[in-house]
Amino acid sequence: MPNRTIAPAIKDPVDFDIVLPRCEKNILSNGVEVYSLNMGNEDTLLLNWVFYAGNWYENKKTVSAATNYLLKNGTTGRDAFSINEHFEYYGAYLNRSCYCETSEITLHTLNRHVYALLPVVAELITDAVFPGEELAIYQQNSQQRLKVNLQKSEFVAGRLIDSFLFGPAHPYGKYNNAEDYAAVQREDLLTFYDTFYRQGRCVIFAAGKLPPDLLPELEKYFGKLPLRNHRAQPLIVPHTVQPSPDKKRQVMNDPDGVQAAIRMARPFPNRHHPDFQKAQVLNNVFGGFFGSRLMGNIREDKGYTYGIYSYLLNYIHESGWMISTEAGRDVSEATIREIHHEMASLRNEPVDEEELMMTRNFIIGQVLGDLDGPFQVIGRWKNMVLNDVEEDYFYQGLEIVRRITATELQELANKYLHPEDFYELVVV
Amino acid sequence: MIQFEKFTLSNGLRVIVHEDHATPMAVVNIMYDVGARDEDPNKTGFAHLFEHLMFGGSVNIEDYETPLQMAGGENNAYTSNDLTNYYVQLPAENLETAFWLESDRMLSLAFSKKSLEVQRKVVSEEFKEHYINKPYGDVWFKMREMAYKVHPYRWMTIGKELSHIEQASLADVKHFFAKHYRPVNAILVVGGHVKTEQVKQLAEKWFGDIPSGEKYIRSIPAEPRQMAARRMEVHAPVPLDALYKTWHMDDRLSHGYYVADLITEVMGGGGSSRLYQSLVKEKKLFSNIECFHFGTVDKGLITIEGKLVKGVKMEDAEKAVEDELDKLKQDGISEKELTKIKNKTESAIAFEDMSVMTRANNLAFYELLGDANLFNSDREKYFSVTAEEVLQHSRQILDVNNSNTLTYYSEN
Repeated sequence: MPNRTIAPAIKDPVDFDIVLPRCEKNILSNGVEVYSLNMGNEDTLLLNWVFYAGNWYENKKTVSAATNYLLKNGTTGRDAFSINEHFEYYGAYLNRSCYCETSEITLHTLNRHVYALLPVVAELITDAVFPGEELAIYQQNSQQRLKVNLQKSEFVAGRLIDSFLFGPAHPYGKYNNAEDYAAVQREDLLTFYDTFYRQGRCVIFAAGKLPPDLLPELEKYFGKLPLRNHRAQPLIVPHTVQPSPDKKRQVMNDPDGVQAAIRMARPFPNRHHPDFQKAQVLNNVFGGFFGSRLMGNIREDKGYTYGIYSYLLNYIHESGWMISTEAGRDVSEATIREIHHEMASLRNEPVDEEELMMTRNFIIGQVLGDLDGPFQVIGRWKNMVLNDVEEDYFYQGLEIVRRITATELQELANKYLHPEDFYELVVV
Repeated sequence: MIQFEKFTLSNGLRVIVHEDHATPMAVVNIMYDVGARDEDPNKTGFAHLFEHLMFGGSVNIEDYETPLQMAGGENNAYTSNDLTNYYVQLPAENLETAFWLESDRMLSLAFSKKSLEVQRKVVSEEFKEHYINKPYGDVWFKMREMAYKVHPYRWMTIGKELSHIEQASLADVKHFFAKHYRPVNAILVVGGHVKTEQVKQLAEKWFGDIPSGEKYIRSIPAEPRQMAARRMEVHAPVPLDALYKTWHMDDRLSHGYYVADLITEVMGGGGSSRLYQSLVKEKKLFSNIECFHFGTVDKGLITIEGKLVKGVKMEDAEKAVEDELDKLKQDGISEKELTKIKNKTESAIAFEDMSVMTRANNLAFYELLGDANLFNSDREKYFSVTAEEVLQHSRQILDVNNSNTLTYYSEN
């Protein structure tokens, strides 16, 4: 019979030797870089075309998102249905997504079908026509979806906190209203497409059990296109952050609401700042995972919420430190008090050794678990390439997790975790 | 083919080992053969609430999370109408930590009063976050009650109403544990960078001495065949009208399950599916429309749900859906469509199989269904479906007398 009161011995994950699987970099003849990672046992493949075509580059709201969404809704030779059918016939998933800086096309496919799919992806990048009827359907359906979302306090809170933090004109802070969808013209899309896709800055990521002829195939279909290297000079002037003058806001969205969406956020520098990776460790202690202090106190001790998290925003130019939860309406003030209390305790007392060790081990365990699949590994490379940091950034991050001291964490808390620096928003 | 080994401890705990040395991690997955379908109709939501309590400390270990995090591991759990599943992923070197933690909470919980009090609140907040005063948040409560008259699928996993969760007592918790959380009602799957011999030793060491418990024999009344169409109208302060329809389909082990799954693919899977192309793109009656099923063990529901374009009449929208169903029931599907949905299924399985966690979870699920080997025959079962079967089954399933329709009207 085992002694159940004594935990089995463990090997501390901080002592693990962690290696980021290497990624191969190739350059197509037009200068576009291809990062490829050959890894995995299944005959599956991910290809990801990243364009610098996020809302950072649009002159008119929703243009970047609409362009991205409608990329696969018609070319000279194919209508939306036949494009969808082509990818779905081969069991492939063709997704597109639009962020602030970048905008992407992602293809997941079984290896053997990739040859039938690449020429059609190239067609979407060179020959999308944005039929007026498709745009009209998109506008109508986006407006309808928005109406439903605006009834949800968490949706309203998510938009407002971003606009407080960055300003309603900034790409990270702006949000769409029904009339913004209505104002988009087909010509806006064609111009945006021509500049930021057809002749745009692009970088390609590939991961999985890669077929040996993948690179020649990519060169064949994408190497001769008028695309540019992603490091080429951008055309648009930078945007300036214009935060809201008021720090605290209460919004009544639904008088019958039973929960309050609480968001707190403060500005934070981007990944190039020396505090960034250190703050990620502090964030873990604070609210980064299930075992964090916010979760332990506000969910597991008080039962005010189903979940509470804090995180650093994943943007390239600027970041922000965000706390997010949906709490019972009658305990929303108490929840905010407890968040303040957790900030204060991180400022006033050093994290004890056991908790710090647990945080180190947990983070390293996460990284290790994350490195066993090709799609996750290429995700890490992509994040480094897009944020313009080198491979040693990954190892520096690990070293910080292993070595950061309780004193350093306390200093960081004193630098960043002051309630008065946070925008505080409650939406019922 | 997924390779695995299976053995049973003397207390009845079934153990499956799935070695995969491409990862440095290990996965420990424990599935308990209990879900919301096993609940007392007056104490619904209990299986899920109980899942929360499994993290409130066990007889010898006050805190489940800290030692696991110290070992570099993470975990989560979920409850469905059919089952409850707990899973841990951690560096393979620290595998024993997961055995220690999981076996202690199978041995006995601490049954802490505070944990029950807090988790009742947490689950109430979860209920509120997803269902109360959310636009269309009451749909599935109502639809389930309309579609099922006898079978316990008539309530949601979260529970029929908040009061059931608020009233849960410590005595209920103890009773539930003794009845369902015994080795004989559980399946342990260990996957990843592990050795079968090592798992055998650890399983014997940590789980071997836990009293077997009584095998839970499920006796759930089968839902009688529906003989006439059912309808319900809801008026609520939502911005758009919406249409929800369901039809009863076969259980998970029947061939009809695979046919029904492919039917939902043809009708609602992706941008080239029939409903989307016809009703969103061509006729512009819906702003979105989906077709899916719930993947349940007992007889489930095929569902079509969509939001109407503002200004479109409910009758016109529903008629257009019926027209698409009639087309399917009349002419079946083309060879090209059949190839497409099979390719999609093959691809979906391949992507799913990339993760050890998913594989371990699936092995446990198929063992719960009766045999872990079913994992490896699933693909073949999809591939054996013929166009003729799709035609015949769509006629049976999508029969008007087998249908439940909920029309959801905007009061705004």
